[in-house]
Amino acid sequence: MKILVAVKRVVDYNVKIRINADGTDVATNGVKMGINPFDENAVEAALQLKEQDQANEIIAVSLGSSANQDVLRHALAMGVDRALLVETNSKLQPLAVAKLLKAVIAQEQPDLILLGKQAIDDDAGQAGQMLAALLNYPQATFASSLQLENNELLVTREVDGGTETLALSLPAVITADLRLNDPRFVKLPNLMMARKKTITTIPVADLGVDIESRLKLLKVAEPAPRKAGVMVSSVDELFQKLLDHEGVTL
Amino acid sequence: MNILVLAEHDGQQLNPSSLQAITAAQFWQAPVHVLLVGSALDTIASSLATVSGVTKVIKAEAAHLENPLAEDIANLLVSISSEYSVILAAHTSFSRNTLPRAAALLDVAMISDVLEIQAENCYVRSIYAGNILTHIQSQDALQVLTVHSSHFIAATTQGGSADISAIDVPAPFTQTRWISTKQTQSDRPALSSAKVVVSGGRSLGSAENFEQVLAPLAAKLGAAIGATRAAVDAGYAANELQVGQTGIVVAPDLYIAVGISGAVQHTYGMKDSRIVVAINQDPDAPIFQIADYGLVGDLFDTIPAITAAIQ
Repeated sequence: MKILVAVKRVVDYNVKIRINADGTDVATNGVKMGINPFDENAVEAALQLKEQDQANEIIAVSLGSSANQDVLRHALAMGVDRALLVETNSKLQPLAVAKLLKAVIAQEQPDLILLGKQAIDDDAGQAGQMLAALLNYPQATFASSLQLENNELLVTREVDGGTETLALSLPAVITADLRLNDPRFVKLPNLMMARKKTITTIPVADLGVDIESRLKLLKVAEPAPRKAGVMVSSVDELFQKLLDHEGVTL
Repeated sequence: MNILVLAEHDGQQLNPSSLQAITAAQFWQAPVHVLLVGSALDTIASSLATVSGVTKVIKAEAAHLENPLAEDIANLLVSISSEYSVILAAHTSFSRNTLPRAAALLDVAMISDVLEIQAENCYVRSIYAGNILTHIQSQDALQVLTVHSSHFIAATTQGGSADISAIDVPAPFTQTRWISTKQTQSDRPALSSAKVVVSGGRSLGSAENFEQVLAPLAAKLGAAIGATRAAVDAGYAANELQVGQTGIVVAPDLYIAVGISGAVQHTYGMKDSRIVVAINQDPDAPIFQIADYGLVGDLFDTIPAITAAIQ
């Protein structure tokens, strides 16, 4: 089985997000970037399938500028076999991402496609479902466990208030939830080796896909902060304040 | 053109968030149709028909839709899409699974988790776990979106008199099989709609402590119990109790944060609460920046004291 994993480069999850100087977008210049955490779970899931001898090749794909090589190197250091970069300086929205991945999949013909359930920058959570739609493949989103049995993939999904289990025929698209696994730590020697590996670059124009943005960004703003509250020094004072100021009796 | 709301239900009852989505749908001042997907829909269809602001209830009934797949619902939405200028639903795991698939089949963008509808194709939504608000304009003729239900009041369930009609459903998608659904049974109110939520963080230290400290307080307040991602990852609480960017978003009247530091990932899921009370040992914990009332103290002393003091 051949697995394709899509990885996105995002602002590191520990960074305090700020708006750029001209107020048009989020500041990303000079900001620490990294692999989208959910995509790291997707990479780990692929590696585990390979370690169980259920996959023989894992390809990581990223879409964006040449700077995306760093997340591909991270995936290589984790243990994927090959890395592809679809290179473009355009901002890509989920539908464009799905169309570009579909074009790569047409060339690579993987049996399984893994992505994170959402990216922690735009929080859209759409790319996997959109890709499955365009390919007319089965989908299982928010996966917290998966196993291959008799050429079917058994997937447990995290849903509101519980879980759902589905069986999917291959080829299929799966999106990873954080509970799917604990991604392995990348060891320095592996990172050094990954630096020597070749990343295949595909210019976006070669794929002949319409990547025009459908959603226009008009404005970015910081939300109004909640008004700072008051500190109380005892349980009694807390109850009194809730009663006096909120009309709440505990 | 009409507006279509994809409703969510468990076969017996409508999910309260669907009533909030119906309110959001009123924005366009056009007829609002509500789509029900399932295998036995008469009871729910009748109750939906009286919801204020609904002009038509559409039943998509078939045996294979008892536990509907995203693949089947998306194909169904495509089959009726030509009648609609907007397709929307509440931002729940059900819709997040389904609507992007439908949007791609229709070759339109989707707008996830809309906080505010500003014009017929302009929306406010947050990015980076609620840290930044974006104002966006859709260029598509058909708008597909999910709404942040706590930002819209629920439509009243009386006063409406909608027509109920049934439609043919497309052939089933056969590459995916539903195996089982496990809903966690709990005597406590549902987290997403509870009026009071008591949430715990990793400082509780173990699954036993989590239950022993929080359960008596929740019982006295008739509250739902929530948890941070760290507490869930540590195994103290079930994942369906997770409040935050990667869990459930709640907006109760009262939110009591117990031993929760206040990472943005978590605050994204509770900062619309009317009153936030935080108890934490660390006076510098970020949670105190967003809490209305903060109490610095050892939760193992403070929470039992609060529980005992409740009338």
